[in-house]
Amino acid sequence: MASDALRLTDVQAFYGDGHILHGVSFALQPGKVLALLGRNGSGKTTCISTIIGFLKPRGGEIRLFGEAIEGLSPERISHMGIGLVPQGRRIFPSLTVWENLVVAKQRRSKVATPWDVDRIYDMFPRLGERHNQIAGTLSGGELQMLAIARALMGNPRVLLLDEPSEGLAPLIVAEVGRTIRRLKEEGQSIVLVEQNLKLALEVADQAVILNTGRCVFDGSPRELTDNDAIVSQNLGIFHAH
Amino acid sequence: MQFWIIQGLNSLSLGGLLFLLASGFSLIFGLMRLANLTHGAFFMLGTYFGATAMRANSDLSIWTVAVSAGVAVAAIGGLFERLVLTRLKTNPLGQVLVTLGMSFIISDACLALWGGDSIPVPTPQNLQAPTRLFGFVFPTYRLVLVGCAITAAITLYLLLERTRLGAMIRAGVDDAQMARAVGIPVANLFTIVFCLGAGIAGAGGVLGGPILSAYPGLDADMLPLALIVVILGGIGSLLGAFIGSFIVGFIYTFGTALFPELAYIILFLPMILVLALRPQGLLGRLGA
Repeated sequence: MASDALRLTDVQAFYGDGHILHGVSFALQPGKVLALLGRNGSGKTTCISTIIGFLKPRGGEIRLFGEAIEGLSPERISHMGIGLVPQGRRIFPSLTVWENLVVAKQRRSKVATPWDVDRIYDMFPRLGERHNQIAGTLSGGELQMLAIARALMGNPRVLLLDEPSEGLAPLIVAEVGRTIRRLKEEGQSIVLVEQNLKLALEVADQAVILNTGRCVFDGSPRELTDNDAIVSQNLGIFHAH
Repeated sequence: MQFWIIQGLNSLSLGGLLFLLASGFSLIFGLMRLANLTHGAFFMLGTYFGATAMRANSDLSIWTVAVSAGVAVAAIGGLFERLVLTRLKTNPLGQVLVTLGMSFIISDACLALWGGDSIPVPTPQNLQAPTRLFGFVFPTYRLVLVGCAITAAITLYLLLERTRLGAMIRAGVDDAQMARAVGIPVANLFTIVFCLGAGIAGAGGVLGGPILSAYPGLDADMLPLALIVVILGGIGSLLGAFIGSFIVGFIYTFGTALFPELAYIILFLPMILVLALRPQGLLGRLGA
């Protein structure tokens, strides 16, 4: 168990009286990318909110490298090593690009090459050019890069990416894809929530599909693309081929 | 001519004092969306602490007393925020009632402890001699008070806009939940902001002591002025609070000197006009 980067076991989550996650279980291996897929309303974002601590699970376990994190506060979970790139980016609009990065900086021991502002600007030169710009004035693609960069500043042990390609032009989506691949090459463990099945399956080592808050598939991207029935039943209009 | 010059300086020194009061109120409201009606009582507590300390030991410097009283009031404010206000985060009416109630409690406690008579706070000896400038005679302490307000304004600006702590506070204001998800301890930061605001009011109370004295009702006299300053200047804007403080300082001083019977009309009418015509205030961000 301790060898898993992130393991969810029978997680139950509610919004008010609405039972959203019905015993979700999956495990992410260190250095791998897990694509969390499903239709709108299938519980993907609720699952991410539960992992980061926005929503307290009412049952089940969430372990980060063997340590229980379920029910802790978001800041504690962040300190323990979960980084979040949320749906809608949610960068701090009144802060400059640089300030968005430095407020999220966290030191972590046992990290060979920790992220700092210089390394971020090497990876995202556009952010370096906009160093002192107020973040609220950035373009959609730049905002997404900043959201990823901000999460990396915490030197996360597991990175949660919630719909990083949403609302972006195709060229920018390709750039997001390259960024995720590069992070994977550097050994970053990633949970990727995506509606863009092509992008998700290109980078993922493992795919998990949620349907109405239940895991209905857990396997390799190849197994998924070979299974038209699963794709059409659970991912609606999206096709892998 | 001497009348206009002296009233002008009085306006400036009152403006400086109002900034020390209103900047904390504006900071707390702007960052925490909390109308802290205890703020006038924090100022009054500072004045009473200062009066007591300086009567007990006349050798104490007013600066030492101001810093100590500021720390003491900040600690009281911090306890109040941590123990009570954090429980009312999603209840604005509860916050208003609790801060108003706390203000009454402090007010009554001061009356019980220090009695109903006004207690003067001595002007520091080295600042008692008047300053001569351009052929006019100015009370030195009032000039120094303006300097204190300008120093406080610059310090607060630098803290909020040029430090990582300030950026973390602003991140918490932009999106508290997301700030927590990147590891920022938002609740602790808000306590720091509340302590800072209360502390500035407490220190301002000591520094205002030589002009105002400590007396029952000082809190109720000062709180409306802070509200007018913040509404005029714009809620959440430090520069707005700074400009608003001096505008109110001038209106109040000249209004009471020239038309004493109309003082409140002169004071409150601009506030009502601003609220009606430009609800976000001169430089405010909220609602803009």
